[in-house]
Amino acid sequence: MTTIKYIEHNGKEHLVDVSNGLTVMEGAIKNKVPGIDADCGGACACATCHVYVSNDWVEKLSSKEDSEEDMLDFAFEVKKNSRLSCQITVSDELEGLVINLPEKQF
Amino acid sequence: MTDHIKTDCLIIGAGPVGLFAVFELGILGLKAEVIDNLDKIGGQCAELYPDKPIYDIPGIPVCTGQDLTDSLAKQIKPFNANIHLNQRVDELKKVGNEWEVKTSAGNKFITPNIFIAGGVGSFEPRRPPIDSILKFENNGIAYSVANKQAYTGKELVIFGGGDSALDWTVELSKIAKHITLVHRREEFKAVEHTVGLMKELVNEKKVTLLTNRQIAEANGKGKITSISIKDNDDNFSEIPCDNVLIFHGLKMELGPINNWGLNLNEKQISVSTEDFQTNLEGIFAIGDISYYPGKLKLILSGFHEATLASQTAFKRARPDENLVFRYTTSSKDIHKKLGV
Repeated sequence: MTTIKYIEHNGKEHLVDVSNGLTVMEGAIKNKVPGIDADCGGACACATCHVYVSNDWVEKLSSKEDSEEDMLDFAFEVKKNSRLSCQITVSDELEGLVINLPEKQF
Repeated sequence: MTDHIKTDCLIIGAGPVGLFAVFELGILGLKAEVIDNLDKIGGQCAELYPDKPIYDIPGIPVCTGQDLTDSLAKQIKPFNANIHLNQRVDELKKVGNEWEVKTSAGNKFITPNIFIAGGVGSFEPRRPPIDSILKFENNGIAYSVANKQAYTGKELVIFGGGDSALDWTVELSKIAKHITLVHRREEFKAVEHTVGLMKELVNEKKVTLLTNRQIAEANGKGKITSISIKDNDDNFSEIPCDNVLIFHGLKMELGPINNWGLNLNEKQISVSTEDFQTNLEGIFAIGDISYYPGKLKLILSGFHEATLASQTAFKRARPDENLVFRYTTSSKDIHKKLGV
């Protein structure tokens, strides 16, 4: 289990223990954290699990594959710390990861 | 006024599961009509991952989404099902023991059975959730090109970096006064050849390319006069324009089906696992859109769901006939239907 902090756009925080091996998207969906749609179910095919990784975590995560960067073209308000949460797999190294949720999935 | 199209089963969604349902209904002797909001068959397979490999179709070690779509199209060919594209279902009405469905294109169907095989819903263009942009929709801002002549002599801004954005930049540059192409990064997802054509147009000054920028606001009174964009550090700039085209891909929405009185579980439709019927008699949900305990959103599960749903659909369409289960390997009747 790894603890991840999801922060809704309105500032509401959710501290969630997520099993290693799940994705950051699945951790939010299974624990009913609002703000992620994940229409395609995690196939990196829809860009509705867009999140902002807190700045101090950006470098620590595995880098984006081309397919994730391509899909981010379809997200709204993409920033340097934008990621698709279905492409981040939870592991011990991510203990304390802070995820900011966007105002809206596009 | 169009006449009603009478059919044994109306299939909503021409994805792999909807297409396979045509087969399962067909070998039972039932006629199906299919509708889909996209301009082609294949659903998510054709729209989202035509080139991505699928490894879990039984008996097919690997195929792409497009391969699977093409194979299914071939498999259901003997049944000559009408496929009505570019329309979605709007209204549903119960008429006696049957259902009447109206589509956005004005087609009306009357049928004892409806298979909702709609995936995660119908594909709709992604619209930036910005009030000033939504205000100018169909009044300067569009998400597709309905009539390209409308852009003749216009100052046009196009957003996006995929095939649609690049194809239309190249095509409309022939008639527009000038085009500004705005994309959020340096790399383009569109095919290399089209990106090359676009860059030639940039050299010829027919197209201005602005990368690392995103849409921010639309400005104008009554009519759009400019669009505001911002860079990665939130520095804003304004581009005067007559028209804006936004190609940010498609998203899936359940749409009017939401209001049909079906029991829902989040964004899925609850069904019985005996025949995948919903709480409304004669309306079935199969494929990704259906929900039951243990549900997995897999194409292969959808094939099973389509098969069992077809059995009950037969009993509703042919209440006076006996349904005799037959194997495709040995049934002369099925061979006749398949034309083999």
